[in-house]
Amino acid sequence: MTNVALPPTAAPPRARRTLGAHAASVLQGQGALVALVLACVYGALRYYAFPTPENLINVLRQNSMLGFVALGMTFVILTGGIDLSVGALLAIAGVVAAKLAGSGSAVAVLAGLATATALGLVNGLVIAKARIQPFVVTLATMIAVRGAALALTSEQSVSVGRAARGLVWLGRGSIGPLPVPVVIFALAYLAGWVMLRYTRFGRYVYAVGDNEEAARLMGLQADRVLIATYALSGLLAGLAGVILAARLGAGQPVAGTGWELDAIAAVVVGGTLLTGGQGGAGSTLVGVLLLGVIFNLFNLEGTISPWWQWVLRGAFLLGVVMIQGRLRKRAAAT
Amino acid sequence: MASSATAQSPSGTGTSPPASGGAASRRRRAWAPFGPTTGAIIALAVLVVGNALFTSNFATASNFWNVLLQVSTVLLVAVGMTLVISTGGIDLSVGSVMALAGAIAAVTLDHGVVVAVPAALGGALVVGLVNGGLIARYRVQPIVVTLATLIGVRGVAQIVSHDGELVPIEAASFLWLGRGYLGPFPVQVVVALLAVAGAVFAVRSTPFGRYVLAAGGNPAAARLAGVPVNRTLVTVYAASAALAGLAGLIEAARLGASDAAKIGLNVELDAIAAVVVGGTALTGGRATVLGTVVGALIMQVIATSFNMLLVPYAWSLALKAAIILLAVYFQRPKRV
Repeated sequence: MTNVALPPTAAPPRARRTLGAHAASVLQGQGALVALVLACVYGALRYYAFPTPENLINVLRQNSMLGFVALGMTFVILTGGIDLSVGALLAIAGVVAAKLAGSGSAVAVLAGLATATALGLVNGLVIAKARIQPFVVTLATMIAVRGAALALTSEQSVSVGRAARGLVWLGRGSIGPLPVPVVIFALAYLAGWVMLRYTRFGRYVYAVGDNEEAARLMGLQADRVLIATYALSGLLAGLAGVILAARLGAGQPVAGTGWELDAIAAVVVGGTLLTGGQGGAGSTLVGVLLLGVIFNLFNLEGTISPWWQWVLRGAFLLGVVMIQGRLRKRAAAT
Repeated sequence: MASSATAQSPSGTGTSPPASGGAASRRRRAWAPFGPTTGAIIALAVLVVGNALFTSNFATASNFWNVLLQVSTVLLVAVGMTLVISTGGIDLSVGSVMALAGAIAAVTLDHGVVVAVPAALGGALVVGLVNGGLIARYRVQPIVVTLATLIGVRGVAQIVSHDGELVPIEAASFLWLGRGYLGPFPVQVVVALLAVAGAVFAVRSTPFGRYVLAAGGNPAAARLAGVPVNRTLVTVYAASAALAGLAGLIEAARLGASDAAKIGLNVELDAIAAVVVGGTALTGGRATVLGTVVGALIMQVIATSFNMLLVPYAWSLALKAAIILLAVYFQRPKRV
């Protein structure tokens, strides 16, 4: 190792939000939006079945669960962290809710949500107080909580009793023409958007993600922000788990396997940067819908094997991040 | 994350302990004769001794070989992962690459092992070059690039294996990879040990090894110092993929079939866990290949002994998680 005295890395360009960087961040968000609009126009022109209300509502319902997880992941990623445990938290929330379905819907739902939130809180506490990287902490909770979900159920799925009407309604009911999960999905994103945009907590999330050290020096309680963020991610994963269990009529200990990756993909496709500090709930909404619509188009086409869908998903994700990288580079150059 | 790491760690760029440091760090050094791997070695010793005392049939030669047999594929992957992580990156695609290599080998075996093995490793290498190329050239975060290849490459593996079929393998010369012996030693154990030896040599005694640590410690400084950072990154991801490909071949040979849906599933997590427990920091700049060996052995001993004690699988997951957290907790950089 040559011990040349060097300045501590060239300051990353995103530290200064120049006009160019701002334009690029707007473009990134809109890039995904443009792609979403194009995909919808293509779908409407190519398939009669695409623009029907049934199909569109179906797309929303199928993606609402992943949407909750991705919304929580957005908060976490905005702080510069990552939450790999969401799939496992989803599973345990569903299992707990299904197990307690006999004692009333309210108890079941609250217990499911509380379990996932508490585990998210543990993630946040360990990350903030013990100062271990989020990747490692949530990897560990992912493994342990999946184990707990399997142990709780003896590796069997737990059916939701029909008596728990309220719980079943959460998954299968509808309000007017809209399925309940879709309504909750819309409310959650609205709340997330307002939180990030108009509340002090939201500004703190961005501040911690942009530069944690600076945020601390300015007297911001970065630890509390981090803990709250991971708890929120747990809560939203739990919500997804409870609704999924209600919809399937069973809490499955293996539910949500691999969802952390899908959620990260949706967040990244939407234009939120993994380095933290940039992006938002709106971006993730676009990311979730874009991925959902593309899958819907695959299904309508009907001839694309699931394996090719995987390949296209991977290629699509790569393409998006490469374009984002280009935009960022150009923004940094100007 | 990167900016705060450079701001707080003075020892980012090497295997040497921090030059400055208070009483606490001095005390830690006194307690750590094997550097960051000390905790892992102690944990492994406790596990082995405890099991030898309390688990019947644990301390037998056959179980010893059993542990080594089962750990060898994860170890191959984890060795590559150690290099990747020491550059500050991560490779999530290794499991899919294993599946791809197994699938390519299974469908090309008609042309002989001489064609199948190079074709499979070549396919794996291509994925590694794509990973490394995108990470180095486009500066896309490793976690995103390899997440994309994790998803896409498993799809490719399924397509290659005749659209998701289980392709049986009968060629004895290929099955030897997963079932044969070199003298008294199982082939896969020998392969894994050779990979470990190669990586130790590369990290300690070659310019490449120093480039890897430099690129992980402080990429900007490394670039300014003339280190070929991009080439190093591409090489590291290629090596990781090639080792994963090798692991995939062994796994396919052991199963006697290419199962593109199952081979290598979640192996990235086991490998990352082994690396982290072994003392390689996720922030990069440090590589302890032998620590990774210890980490992988810890995970395997837990799995094997819990299996022998008929403890439910779920509990072994809980213990694994606890060990990962504890290992990283004790290795975390002190705030300055």
